[in-house]
Amino acid sequence: MSNHESSYQPQSRAAKWMDERLPVARMMHAQFVDFQTPRNLNYMWTFGGILMFMLVIMIVSGLVLSMHYQASDQLAFQAIEGIRRDVNYGWLLRNIHMVGASMFFLAVYIHMARGLYYGSYKAPREVLWILGVIIYLLMMATAFLGYTLPWGQMSFWGATVITNFFTAIPFVGEGITKWLLGGYGVTTVTLNRFFSLHYLLPFVIAGVVVLHIWALHHVGQNNPAGIEIKSKSDSVPMAPFAVMKDLFGLAVFVMIYAWFVFYAPDYLGHADNYVEANPLVTPPHIVPEWYFLPFYAILRAIPSKLGGVVAMFGAIVVLCFVPWLDTSRVRSAKYRPLFKPFLLMFFFTVVALGYLGGKPAEGAYVVWSRVFTFYYFAFFLVLMPILGIIETPKLLPKSITDAVLGKGGAALPTGAAAAPEKR
Amino acid sequence: MKRISVITAALLAFSAGTASVQAAGGGDAPQYARVPWTFAGFRGHFDQAQLQRGFQVYKEVCSSCHSLKRVNFRNLAETGGPGYSEDQAKAAAAEWLHQIPEPNAEGQIADRKGNIITRPARASDPILGPYMNEAQARAANNGALPPDLSVITKARGIEVEKPFYRVPDMMLRDIFTGYQEAGADYLHALLTGYKPVPLYTEQGGKLIRVADGQKPPGAKACASVERQDGKNDICNPLQSGMNYNSHYSGHQIGMAAPLSDGVVKYAKPKQGDGLTAVPETADQHARDVTAFLAWAADPKLEERKRMGMLVMFYLAGLALLLYFAKKRVWSKIPH
Amino acid sequence: MASDHDPNRRDFLTIAGLSAAGVGGAVSIWPFIQQMNPDASTQALASTEIDLTPVQKGQAITAIWRGKPVFIRNRTDAEVKAAKETPASDLPDRVNAADSARTKKGKENWLVLVGVCTHLGCIPKGQSLADAKGDYGGWFCPCHGSHYDTAGRIRKGPAPKNLEVPPYEFVSDTKIKIG
Repeated sequence: MSNHESSYQPQSRAAKWMDERLPVARMMHAQFVDFQTPRNLNYMWTFGGILMFMLVIMIVSGLVLSMHYQASDQLAFQAIEGIRRDVNYGWLLRNIHMVGASMFFLAVYIHMARGLYYGSYKAPREVLWILGVIIYLLMMATAFLGYTLPWGQMSFWGATVITNFFTAIPFVGEGITKWLLGGYGVTTVTLNRFFSLHYLLPFVIAGVVVLHIWALHHVGQNNPAGIEIKSKSDSVPMAPFAVMKDLFGLAVFVMIYAWFVFYAPDYLGHADNYVEANPLVTPPHIVPEWYFLPFYAILRAIPSKLGGVVAMFGAIVVLCFVPWLDTSRVRSAKYRPLFKPFLLMFFFTVVALGYLGGKPAEGAYVVWSRVFTFYYFAFFLVLMPILGIIETPKLLPKSITDAVLGKGGAALPTGAAAAPEKR
Repeated sequence: MKRISVITAALLAFSAGTASVQAAGGGDAPQYARVPWTFAGFRGHFDQAQLQRGFQVYKEVCSSCHSLKRVNFRNLAETGGPGYSEDQAKAAAAEWLHQIPEPNAEGQIADRKGNIITRPARASDPILGPYMNEAQARAANNGALPPDLSVITKARGIEVEKPFYRVPDMMLRDIFTGYQEAGADYLHALLTGYKPVPLYTEQGGKLIRVADGQKPPGAKACASVERQDGKNDICNPLQSGMNYNSHYSGHQIGMAAPLSDGVVKYAKPKQGDGLTAVPETADQHARDVTAFLAWAADPKLEERKRMGMLVMFYLAGLALLLYFAKKRVWSKIPH
Repeated sequence: MASDHDPNRRDFLTIAGLSAAGVGGAVSIWPFIQQMNPDASTQALASTEIDLTPVQKGQAITAIWRGKPVFIRNRTDAEVKAAKETPASDLPDRVNAADSARTKKGKENWLVLVGVCTHLGCIPKGQSLADAKGDYGGWFCPCHGSHYDTAGRIRKGPAPKNLEVPPYEFVSDTKIKIG
């Protein structure tokens, strides 16, 4: 770890005994109390902590729900109703888990947007960023698997549509799909294994999160100015400064979470999922949950089946290459006057694709989906490389301290693509 | 952050100015009235008298075709519900027409005539409908399946046609008011939507709807109209055996109008029981049975909103406290 | 003020904030624990009503209550007499062992017992007319040879306690509610 001077002093004999054998307390102290965090972090930096909170909440609520769930096509829907009606506080636990998935994705999208805006993916944080993309992919898989479990109409038909993607793969596609399904369509066999995998993946996510935090603490956090910590005055210890800020941010986040849990629990879901799955009746509009809608729009924008699947997965995989696609030597979009409006347009594009993903694939909706899909990929593959080269960035502040206390700017941009600084 | 709050404020102001839910488009899409349900919103609660009337409507009208199998008789006596006593719930079970299929003591599942052997329901049993399975239900209803009504108010929604720029403000309005009654509004609109088939006159390949009450010569009765750019409008007449409904998708529904004025006789309120008399109209029956079904779909609603109030106030206080604590901590250094 | 000079010392607001958050967290744990307790559907089946009309004098039926067998015997006068006249010294388990303590007033012919041997949990024989009833006319457990008398009390064999009498009451002359 880079931040090596731990001021940890064991406070008791027992603590000292443990410290000599397995220095967990020392490590926790160094990483979460003493850890130097930039003093200019804004509230966009609270979402990492919020995401850790959400992961714990989802695992714990999922665990207790699984005590009452039955993964069979005959019993699943009734099991959910039993949880909603009979299990002590079952309605609350189910709402926490169901709304929690949406809140988890809301937080992760803001967290990713922060990364894109402030250049947190740039050297030396490439691995950190890629680990994040892996976490995101695992979250998407977990959410998809989880959504089939209530065995409503959307559960069944959404699973049918998604598993059908794999038939698009040439030669091995049909075999892979049959292997995935355990049969020739989504059946109770599929449901059972989806439950098993849904239980497993969050723990895989937890493991990747540990690597993600390790990578982060090794290089240190980015900050809104995009310049590295250079002196003691640039940073503050995590406790109490970042901790209190994180706690406040978390409280506001939980207020929004609680509002949905108690007053609008079904708002983010789909009414059709309260109809028990029927393989012989297709709902008029099959739509995934809101957090998948942008990718659903991209999928349907491409006329070919394989092309649509490739574009959809490509839209996520392209994120892994962002550290190398972006050629700018400046990290933060605050100081990138040409890049910033295109990035904001990208955010708008994602929202627009989300809207279009919820609409029937007809007429003007298809046209606009293609327009925005084009911009989505053009942003990464064309704009990111070019803008970094042709742009004249604004003057960066001399240091973080200067940025915070409002002194003048520096002569040359420092840092992003240059060698990682030593501390 | 400041920028975001300004935008949110602007959107809220925008949405506050537009109270009703208008359907855009040529007037073909139905409009849904937002009924002022007692169970809507932050302080929503069920009107017990209404739930009891609603149960009566369900029992006397709907249960001849629709089951309520995710609800047990004992739920009728739980808090937050219609407020029946345990004995009343037991009695309701015992007298329920659709008994519980169960093999008799000799292990037989059917008698010599082929009828399934059943026993009277107990409080712990579900509220069954008349059919054993989907196939039997369809066979008895011309291929249509009367759905189970246990979660019907959650299983239905309203799709409002709106231009894309109205989406943010309408979303925010629904979220801030906690609008979860779309299913109930739909159900009420459906139950009161049995009207005469609308008439259309044809002009240059387009079908123009005739105002209610008028009957111009040559007008056609169309249950629904298909309009496509560049092509003539297509008139879909009412199929035989179907019923016109202004709010059902496609406007043709297999179920005949179940409710009419006075089809269920409510008990007259007695002196001093705190109840008010309600008109025995089809609309009142529709509201009552919808409220009952909203309870059936969400029996924990009152507990949820009550706990929600405590939680929201606690969190607001906590957020305030943490905000000032954070400010105090950060005041120690220049920032 | 000391707190102004020492940036590490937590001030009142911070303590208040953290405590309030902690209390909220602790209260939030309760639903996660309580959800493991029997839910409403289990509790609804926690009691069961049995109709006694088909049980003739000298006959016995077995009902199921909370997953366990319950022996309901309509005892003959001779069986009741034998149970009442047993001296306490003959009973290995004397806790609430009087026949009157194991039946309801005015309905002494009815005996309601949990049909699980108090030794290691087997179901004793004696319910049907052809069954062995042991040396005391009640029930006999074939697993390890415990003998129960006409009041379901252990008389001989390894079982330490009398057969358990579940909580029950007569809701009418011909119907009992167990649990």
